[in-house]
Amino acid sequence: MTTKTRRLEVNRRSGWRSWLGPFFTSDIGMKWMMALTGAGLLAYVLVHMIGNMKIYLGAEDLDHYAEALKTLLYPIVPETGVLWLFRFGLLAMFGVHIWSAAVLTLRNRAARGKIRYEAKRQYSAVNYANRTMRWGGVIILLFVIFHIGDLTTGTFNSEFVSGSVYNNVIYSFERWYVALFYVAAQIALAFHIYHGAWSVFQSLGLSNPRYNDWRRWFAVAFALAILIGNSSIPIAVQFGLFTVSG
Amino acid sequence: MTTEHTHILDAKIPDGPLEDKWTKRKFDVKLVNPSNRRKYDIIVVGTGLAGAGSAAALGELGYNVKAFTYNDSSRRAHSIAAQGGINATKNYPNDNDSVFRLFYDTVKGGDYRSREANVYRLAEVSDAIIDQTVAQGAPYGREYGGMLDNRSFGGAQVSRTFYARGQTGQQLLLTAYQALARQVGLGTVELFTRTEMVELVMKDGRAVGIVTRDLVTGEIESHSAHAVVLATGGYSNAYFLSTNAMNCNGTAVWRAHRKGALFANPSFTQIHPTCIPASDEHQSKLTLMSESLRNDGRIWVSKTPNDDRAANDIPEDERDYYLERQYPAFGNLVPRDVASRAAMRMVEDDKGVGPLKNGVYLDFADAISRLGRQVIEDRYGNLFEMYERITDENPYEVPMRIYPAPHYTMGGLWVDYNLETTIPGLFASGEANFSDHGANRLGASALMQGVADGYFVLPATISGYLANWLNVAPVPTDDEAFVETEQAVQDQIEKLLSINGTHSVDYFHRRLGKIMIAKCGMSRDREGLEWALEEIPKIKAEFWSDVKILGTNESLNQSLERAGRVVDFFELAELMVRDALQREESCGGHYRVEHQTEDGEAKRDDDNFAYVSAWEWRGEDSPPTLHKEELEFEYVALTQRSYK
Amino acid sequence: MNITLRVWRQAGPDVEGGFETYEAKDISPEASFFEMLDEVNEMLNDEGVEPIAFDSDCREGICGTCGVMVDGHPHGPQSATASCQLHMRKFSDGDTITIEPWRAVAFPVLRDLIVDRQPFDEIIQAGGFISANIGAAPDSNIILVPKPAAESSMDAASCIGCAACVAACPNSAANLFTGAKIAHLNLLPQGSPERYHRTVAMVETMESFFGSCTNFGECEMACPKSISIDVIAWMNRDYVAAQWKNFRKQGQQ
Repeated sequence: MTTKTRRLEVNRRSGWRSWLGPFFTSDIGMKWMMALTGAGLLAYVLVHMIGNMKIYLGAEDLDHYAEALKTLLYPIVPETGVLWLFRFGLLAMFGVHIWSAAVLTLRNRAARGKIRYEAKRQYSAVNYANRTMRWGGVIILLFVIFHIGDLTTGTFNSEFVSGSVYNNVIYSFERWYVALFYVAAQIALAFHIYHGAWSVFQSLGLSNPRYNDWRRWFAVAFALAILIGNSSIPIAVQFGLFTVSG
Repeated sequence: MTTEHTHILDAKIPDGPLEDKWTKRKFDVKLVNPSNRRKYDIIVVGTGLAGAGSAAALGELGYNVKAFTYNDSSRRAHSIAAQGGINATKNYPNDNDSVFRLFYDTVKGGDYRSREANVYRLAEVSDAIIDQTVAQGAPYGREYGGMLDNRSFGGAQVSRTFYARGQTGQQLLLTAYQALARQVGLGTVELFTRTEMVELVMKDGRAVGIVTRDLVTGEIESHSAHAVVLATGGYSNAYFLSTNAMNCNGTAVWRAHRKGALFANPSFTQIHPTCIPASDEHQSKLTLMSESLRNDGRIWVSKTPNDDRAANDIPEDERDYYLERQYPAFGNLVPRDVASRAAMRMVEDDKGVGPLKNGVYLDFADAISRLGRQVIEDRYGNLFEMYERITDENPYEVPMRIYPAPHYTMGGLWVDYNLETTIPGLFASGEANFSDHGANRLGASALMQGVADGYFVLPATISGYLANWLNVAPVPTDDEAFVETEQAVQDQIEKLLSINGTHSVDYFHRRLGKIMIAKCGMSRDREGLEWALEEIPKIKAEFWSDVKILGTNESLNQSLERAGRVVDFFELAELMVRDALQREESCGGHYRVEHQTEDGEAKRDDDNFAYVSAWEWRGEDSPPTLHKEELEFEYVALTQRSYK
Repeated sequence: MNITLRVWRQAGPDVEGGFETYEAKDISPEASFFEMLDEVNEMLNDEGVEPIAFDSDCREGICGTCGVMVDGHPHGPQSATASCQLHMRKFSDGDTITIEPWRAVAFPVLRDLIVDRQPFDEIIQAGGFISANIGAAPDSNIILVPKPAAESSMDAASCIGCAACVAACPNSAANLFTGAKIAHLNLLPQGSPERYHRTVAMVETMESFFGSCTNFGECEMACPKSISIDVIAWMNRDYVAAQWKNFRKQGQQ
């Protein structure tokens, strides 16, 4: 039988994509970028969570910490210079992460086609975490937007006072629905991390039979640390552990 | 029936000492200049080890190759199922192996019915096979020092078998497949998948092309070339139940035979001793387990006939380790034909085991207590798993049940030393030819022959024929020869589809198989063979009036595919029976009950039967003519095989 | 035992298909899954219905010809087992079994349960080989291969090319198949001269047919030879390295 080949109609190399080079337009390259930015975001989430813990030390420590972030490396660089550098870096990582995910999702849909299996697929490796990476990601994105509006710009927080981080957190989390949303978002984030922190090694090609089990535990520990650390704050506020200071 | 025209059977063996013959042939064969090779078209049918190997090698040399397989990819061919290993004379284990020893063992193992020169060449190129396949990436088993490991196999007294776990055939086929894929990518080979050769095209007494059927669209198409190579494997599926793949068939060789190629030693078939017994009436095929199991397993049956006790309930002193008893020197490692017949006798004496009483035990209990379960698992883990999947019994705890099954056919198209058949321009390589194994093939030799023919022999000898046709274009496919052949193919298909009887193709194939295994299987006698000779044409006639094939030619139609193959199996089976009938001796896999020694061993008759029987087709209504190629043994003394 | 089958029937590549229901009666639990289908086909043939077309050749789980989706499991519910090695004792009397062909855009259905897996051959043709011309090989023990490398290579080389990995993948990705062949050859010293060229060529061919990996690991579970998804990670690593090396060579590739 002489077959005609059915290549997917996904144009990878022409037009504006060509300057990115073959690596970054290949699936593996995009997945690699996704993993790399994912790793960066993981590091950020971890540092952010540790910073959050300052709240347990009191208003002064937390507010001082926030102030210190603004004046990082000052006066070598202008005030908030490093902070903005971080913010742009984060934004870029987010952008690349989401863009790669979107492009790959479309390509995968094209590869899979319209006809699905009739019998319910009996998955054996797929679990809640890896199946919900896409929608979980969307929830996280919405959360991030709210979070910035809530505690960075104060748009969604009527009692927001710039610089009073401790008080702002309490004002925000005293609203039960906000606390609930935060906890829900942390659960989504934990699932995302559970798959992502394991998957990152695979995509970057750092897998090795020797420490594959260890990778799984790393992902569990990471996800749990973020979930417990971050969720503890809205829960604590709801239970009245903190009071507005000054 | 015995009109003799020995003059037409010129084996073209080079003169001179045995060890110089192949070198001499490579020197005196006519060559095709590298820049002229692209002017030649060559068709290779079959893409197993021998076929993919030939196609890749010829492509690398610069010829235009068209390769055909009925499978969806050349990686599927049944060479893939060989488990145990491949022999070579490297002598890495320092145990006195040599080219001559492998040659000697193979001639002796074949019960002195093979051609000395061919076998010597096979042994001679065996080392190059290992070199080549290692370079192509075959992941053979290795020692910790990084060097290749060897094991002893099939009762050989030296360790000369190279292996890749229990998947040696798979790994070798994949190297050949990958070499072929590389040539397809480079454009020297055009690969036709899901395309079956249905007829050979002849013009002026030589092979000029083939007619194929596209198995997806049903399209009948002609392909012309300067030479045609058949590497289409064996015909064990004439028995219906065999260890061959479901689609293995004899159509290509049989069609060539009908066009004038002599068919050699059709009755020389091998029954492999370690297969899983059939479980019921609807069994579709039998599964082979590597012979290497016999290295550690002990074969036994109960001393009491019709013993219904479970294996583990039979005490030690009531077990008959019959191979160890009958053949103390070789014990469980006697050659395949001997082991198979011994098992058959046990079942005939009502000592068979299992629900259908159709097997014997292969017991690992001793080996497990001696070596530990882990060692046995390392050696045979994958085989034990396979056994458990099929039978639902755990061989670590319950003895395996085994029984012989048709497995390999030593017979095939008659070829000369250059692998050319009696039709000029038609070559046969691998299992499809008869040349190297005589009446019985030794373990780990099939892969060796497939690669040897494909990579090294055929590409070297084919130029001798091609050189005669320099600057002669292949016969165009609109030539009368092609048009007529295509028409004949169409006619047969239409005839098959129009019968619309009552039974499926398998129904008839199964009936044929039952006759063949009973009368022309492990043991044969005149009465049974004569009965089979009357019975087979009856089933064939019934088939042609009562088969029911639905669907059309113009679509993927598996019943129609099978029908075309079974049509040829009827005629091939008849020839197998005829050949078994005329050979009034026992040798190798051919065991005539009338010819046995006092203790029931095969008794050869070298004075009257040291020849290759080569049959000539005389039409459907007249019996074939027997030609004889006398075998001369200059280097090996003919002795009675004894494994006691 | 008696079984009800729901089978995908499709007369040809360009026509619509659908499910048909058949009764398989008096099936022996000892029968293999395909022997059960053979029997159903006999019955259909007797009734004047064209038999169900399905691919199967060696029936020993090594040739990779077969492969059907059984009740949503690639190759059926038994792990590390090709369809042809599945036996009816794994089912119960009265079961209804749904049988479907592999689904992926790259694998169009040719008829009933038979799909065209040509793209797998094209991936191999792109670079799934070692360019060692026949006759040119050095002595087999000149290049030593550490036993662990040979063993890992063999693990990957045991792939039978059945395409269950693609069928199992929610993205129809062929990374396990491609990764296995790349690992088989790249792990061996004999394969190292072409290592990076091979990786790029095969990955690019793969990506022109199939989806991408989301690290679910479903392919590993479906694989009849239990090939580990580690081979995918190694492919990713070699692909990154390859692109980097090619970049450094400034267009030499």
